[in-house]
Amino acid sequence: MTQKILPIVTVLIAVLILWYAAAVWLNAPQAEALMDPDQPHGLWALAQACWSMDRPVLPAPDQIASALIDSVFGFPLSSPRNLLLQAGYTAATTVIGLIFGLIFGILLAIGIVHVRTLDRSVMPWVIASQTIPILAIAPMLVVALGSMGVTGLTPKAAIVAYLTFFPVTVGMVKGFRTPDPLQLDLMHTYSAGEMTVFAKLRWPAGMAFLFPSLKVAVALAVTGAIVAEMPTGAQVGLGARLLAGSYYGQTMMMWSALVMASLLALAGLLAVTLLERGVVLMRGGRL
Amino acid sequence: MDAPERLAELSHRSALAGAAVVADNLSIRFGQGETATAALSDISLTIGQGDFVSLIGPSGCGKTTLLRAIADLVQPTSGLLRVNGMTPEAARLARAYGYVFQAPALLPWRSVARNVTLPLEIIGMGRAERQAEAKRNLDLVGLGDFAGKFPWQLSGGMQQRVSIARALSFKPSLLLMDEPFGALDEITRDGLNLHLHELWARTGLTAVFVTHSIPEAVFLSTHIVVMSRRPGRVVEVIESTLPRARRLEDRETPEFLALSKRVRTALHDGHGHA
Repeated sequence: MTQKILPIVTVLIAVLILWYAAAVWLNAPQAEALMDPDQPHGLWALAQACWSMDRPVLPAPDQIASALIDSVFGFPLSSPRNLLLQAGYTAATTVIGLIFGLIFGILLAIGIVHVRTLDRSVMPWVIASQTIPILAIAPMLVVALGSMGVTGLTPKAAIVAYLTFFPVTVGMVKGFRTPDPLQLDLMHTYSAGEMTVFAKLRWPAGMAFLFPSLKVAVALAVTGAIVAEMPTGAQVGLGARLLAGSYYGQTMMMWSALVMASLLALAGLLAVTLLERGVVLMRGGRL
Repeated sequence: MDAPERLAELSHRSALAGAAVVADNLSIRFGQGETATAALSDISLTIGQGDFVSLIGPSGCGKTTLLRAIADLVQPTSGLLRVNGMTPEAARLARAYGYVFQAPALLPWRSVARNVTLPLEIIGMGRAERQAEAKRNLDLVGLGDFAGKFPWQLSGGMQQRVSIARALSFKPSLLLMDEPFGALDEITRDGLNLHLHELWARTGLTAVFVTHSIPEAVFLSTHIVVMSRRPGRVVEVIESTLPRARRLEDRETPEFLALSKRVRTALHDGHGHA
């Protein structure tokens, strides 16, 4: 156990030390300007001033932590200033978008594996779709859908789905193709149709590729949800908080939203890992 | 005599003789035109019901191709092939045979029992019924106690026995085996040969067994089909003079050795002609 924890703790401490140092380095010009020039002050006093500014360039870790705790517990859950409520909006977008991306990605992979024409024609488009920067396409999609009367969660979930189907399709195409010729011959000797071959052979073989794809997709989904929340006035969600924070120079607000976003992604990864463990357990310990 | 007539005659003959497999002037070529290679050339062969027939020959003699043609995994280029009096396709659809591949080809995510029930699941047999069937077949190969294990927990020889149990699922009258013990060590192989022999003797199955081991072929077979290299031809069909019931010790008898010598000579002859 110590062998596992020790390296993690060491890195964490190193990061914290560097962080506090960076906070001094980045905040010093402003902190110095705020301090009384007549009062003589040492380096330690400067450092302390750098770590306790109201609107620092780089907040200290303890400031972010207290801001985060304050924004979660300092307001009722129904208040828009509660970060947990905002995270909830983002989580809903993430999960719904992810589900649609997953379904679309798997359906596309099934098509690509079974239909030769799709394999030749669709794959280049799938790859091309991901070369378009999401930052460029997100506002257009939100505005376009908004003009058609589709607002709220749907356009945001669409952006998440757009980002997440890609790793799922790529992974599942590979996964559905893993059965070797021998296993396919075996199914042929059973006179099994394509549907049966898919259900009994391709789908279970593809499971080993589903979970790595899903982990990539979860990370992308959170990013996508936040990006999708930024255009059209940034009403709700962590993305809106990030944007608002940057408008008003509220770095602490931005940082706490950022930390919340990574906690959200972590929770998603944990959920996928647990799901994976369950499947592995059902399969006798191996995927 | 034109083809349909000939076909009708052959079907009739094989049904009358109770032949499991009839091949007449069977040829198989892979590829087209200049680059085409002949895998099998003019194979004429009759395998009777209840026979244990080994196909033996050097690598590339088309013995696996012949087996795959019987299983409808490869299409003949010309000539006729009948399995239980039917076309190979009809025989496959009628689930007339079980096939054992070179590798066990077990699905790693399924337990041993669920690997054996797979073919029955595919034909839509009820859960209880197929579980009982799987247990029976696993007992038959001596793996009744391993039903709950997963393939990776079993040795190579045990995995291949599971695949034999799986091939027995449809209660086929014909068991097709493509060098099933080729990748196993000699001691395991001896054990499995004995086991397979007992299984065959007990069930009255027809077996077609591809091998390149002379002792294995002589030990198991009632008939040994010696084939020559590309294009694959039948050099000789040697009928075994050994008694039906066999023990591993019989491999030391003069009769066994004489039979082995005949097979070896036939293999050399075939090689010489090619």
